[in-house]
Amino acid sequence: MTATTHEAGHHADEPTGLTRWLVTTNHKDIGSMYLLFSLAMFLVGGAMALVIRAELFQPGLQLVDPYFFNQMTTMHALVMIFGAVMPAFTGLANWMIPLMVGAPDMALPRMNNWSFWLLPFGFAILLSTLFMPGGGPAGGWTMYPPLMLQTGTAFPFVIFAIHVLGISSIMGSINVVATILNMRAPGMTLMKMPLFVWTWLITAYLMIAVMPVLAGAITMLLTDQYFGTTFFSAAGGGDPVLYQHIFWFFGHPEVYILILPAFGIISTIIPAFARKPLFGYSSMVYATASIAFLSFIVWAHHMFTVGMPLAGQLFFMYSTMLIAVPTGVKVFNWVATMWRGAMTFETPMLFALAFVFLFTIGGFSGLMLAIAPADFQYHDTYFVVAHFHYVLVTGAVFAILAAAYYWLPKWTGHMYSERLGQWHFWLSVIFVNVLFFPQHFLGLAGMPRRIPDYSVQFADWNMISSIGGFGFGFAQLLFVWLLFKCIRGGEKAEARAWEGAEGLEWEVPSPAPHHTFDTPPVVR
Amino acid sequence: MKTMIVRTALAGLVTGLMLVAAPAAADLGLINMTRGVTESSERIYDLHMTIFMITVVIGVGVFGAMFYSIFRHRKARGVKPATFHHSTTVEIIWTVIPLAILVAMAVPATMVLVDFEDTSDTEMTVKVTGYQWFWGYEYMDENVQFLSRLDRDSDRARQLGSDIQPASVDNYLQNVDRRLILPVDTRVKFQITAADVIHSWWVPDLGWKRDAIPGFVNETWTEIKEPGVYRGRCAELCGRDHGFMPIVVEAVEKEAFQAWLAEQRGDDAAATTAGADDAEAGAELASR
Repeated sequence: MTATTHEAGHHADEPTGLTRWLVTTNHKDIGSMYLLFSLAMFLVGGAMALVIRAELFQPGLQLVDPYFFNQMTTMHALVMIFGAVMPAFTGLANWMIPLMVGAPDMALPRMNNWSFWLLPFGFAILLSTLFMPGGGPAGGWTMYPPLMLQTGTAFPFVIFAIHVLGISSIMGSINVVATILNMRAPGMTLMKMPLFVWTWLITAYLMIAVMPVLAGAITMLLTDQYFGTTFFSAAGGGDPVLYQHIFWFFGHPEVYILILPAFGIISTIIPAFARKPLFGYSSMVYATASIAFLSFIVWAHHMFTVGMPLAGQLFFMYSTMLIAVPTGVKVFNWVATMWRGAMTFETPMLFALAFVFLFTIGGFSGLMLAIAPADFQYHDTYFVVAHFHYVLVTGAVFAILAAAYYWLPKWTGHMYSERLGQWHFWLSVIFVNVLFFPQHFLGLAGMPRRIPDYSVQFADWNMISSIGGFGFGFAQLLFVWLLFKCIRGGEKAEARAWEGAEGLEWEVPSPAPHHTFDTPPVVR
Repeated sequence: MKTMIVRTALAGLVTGLMLVAAPAAADLGLINMTRGVTESSERIYDLHMTIFMITVVIGVGVFGAMFYSIFRHRKARGVKPATFHHSTTVEIIWTVIPLAILVAMAVPATMVLVDFEDTSDTEMTVKVTGYQWFWGYEYMDENVQFLSRLDRDSDRARQLGSDIQPASVDNYLQNVDRRLILPVDTRVKFQITAADVIHSWWVPDLGWKRDAIPGFVNETWTEIKEPGVYRGRCAELCGRDHGFMPIVVEAVEKEAFQAWLAEQRGDDAAATTAGADDAEAGAELASR
């Protein structure tokens, strides 16, 4: 059977309309659904962040009850982590990994469909808890007991929803591993894979390793609440801190799950717009693997104030500081890739450069936080909030936006509006710094995180931060508009939409046809 | 066209940064960690500044190279891209140098930590208990204990829609009804625990916070050098009123402290009654 008849046959039986999206096993359709879902969740989580920033605009309580405020901080984190960033990366993996390794689809297409469709249901459950008696979860996304056990009706629903999201992530990861290990085009050895594929392979293993740990921790919470166990209650011989150990054994690899694919994206975009090969490909791979390994032995740096023995604090301080070495290698490699290139500054490159600059600032504050005695002051303050938003917003989210701009021509067949893209970038990068940079000052000056009201010496910086928050939030609507316009039409994109773009995805036409690489390409 | 956009945006960025910097100039004390009033807090502050300065120097180097490259190595200047893609020597150098810097950071950090974790030779002990949402203090072996809550003025002003301006309240959200009184120049041991959920006891001027965990007792210590009033707050999310359980420590001279303690202990009859009332109220609230 030739490729042509195969193609024709497929189109004849394929359902159209809503059913197409419901039953699709096509990696591109599923990838698009993941990406659009993630955008929707980004806006929902963003709206929650704006409730937080509006209440914090000035001291005193003006808008919301403190308990509702706590629900907002909790849900904002859960929605952004499990709804926006993780599905965005899975969407990019779905779209790009088969195209990058020359495979016709993901290895497990039906499971792929299920992985996606679990998400809307999981989030329907999670978000519905806001309307339940007693409100949604308000104990922070980390769900520390005993506080989490004070949640009302929402409690079992939250845990069930997180189980569902976890199952979705695990299946998505198994699919990525199976695809990368089995479906590469002839000649594409592991060390010839694009870095995005490498970073995702490592991320997928991290997810398979730690999502079950989270599932275990929250199941123990559930049995503590309903079945009389006392895993986390000292009164029955348990220990609340045990939960924190288990949670962060998941939680620290989780933060690398949220950033490693971003490293892959930046390592793809910078060489394309510098028109120069990536500097230190193999050291990039080894650095990624080292970061993944280290992520398993640093978890208790989130817990320096719980009262650990000296030896434990020293171990976790040293292992955490070590992460700076492979991360530094990555940053140096990116700068060396730019060095003596011939750079142009289209929107994807601007976001990638902002990533390198601002993620590194987040890395610096991370290094400061690693210093255990100094962390006795930093811990649980806005300094920490600033740190992880620098690595997650100007890190992970900027990388996702860079990826979207970079591959939009391949997905839609149209160039996006460069003018709108530039506006989106500059507004985002300015406001995001107005939003998060002052939070370093607030934290150092003594403002704890997760408080709905504060004493008056923190008023100025909070007001500035809130202005930045609203500016950044509304700037994202420009992206939604740009995306809408780009899907609807625009300048036709060539197969190789960017002058310096390398990789198999640019060998197929734009937009990428419904089925690609039915016969595998040969990689020299 | 594109350079126009870039220029406008850069101008915007500069204006934005100036906007951010303006209040900073007004009060530098509000953008950095406090030096505090104990030996430990000063050492932690120095450590913080050392690490910060190291990251600034690294940042200047890395970002300097990056921006130099952005301005020089751009296609618009008609440059031809180089083709090099690795250099083992360079890669080894920029792995080893950061390692050396990290070791240099780890040495002072370890020294501060080892010293801080030594809770021996303390002269008195205060037990701190976190409740939803106030603190309980007990002077061990002195028969003095009381609860410490957000003061009434702040509590009235902080209600949703109270229409009381926070700025008009004395020390809004950082005032309590009863302060923790401590003597200066005395090594005080803290035994920190909680009755319901996890809290965290934090006074920045003492240099640390420590979690208050139900069912467990965390030990730590301080030695305040100067008399004064030092304000802090709960640092671990503990429910609805997490933001409304401040801490106020008042450090006084040793003699004044002894006199205060004697008064509390009931060397004066009126104080005894008041103390007993407080203890009862505490027990009742704790069982709630």
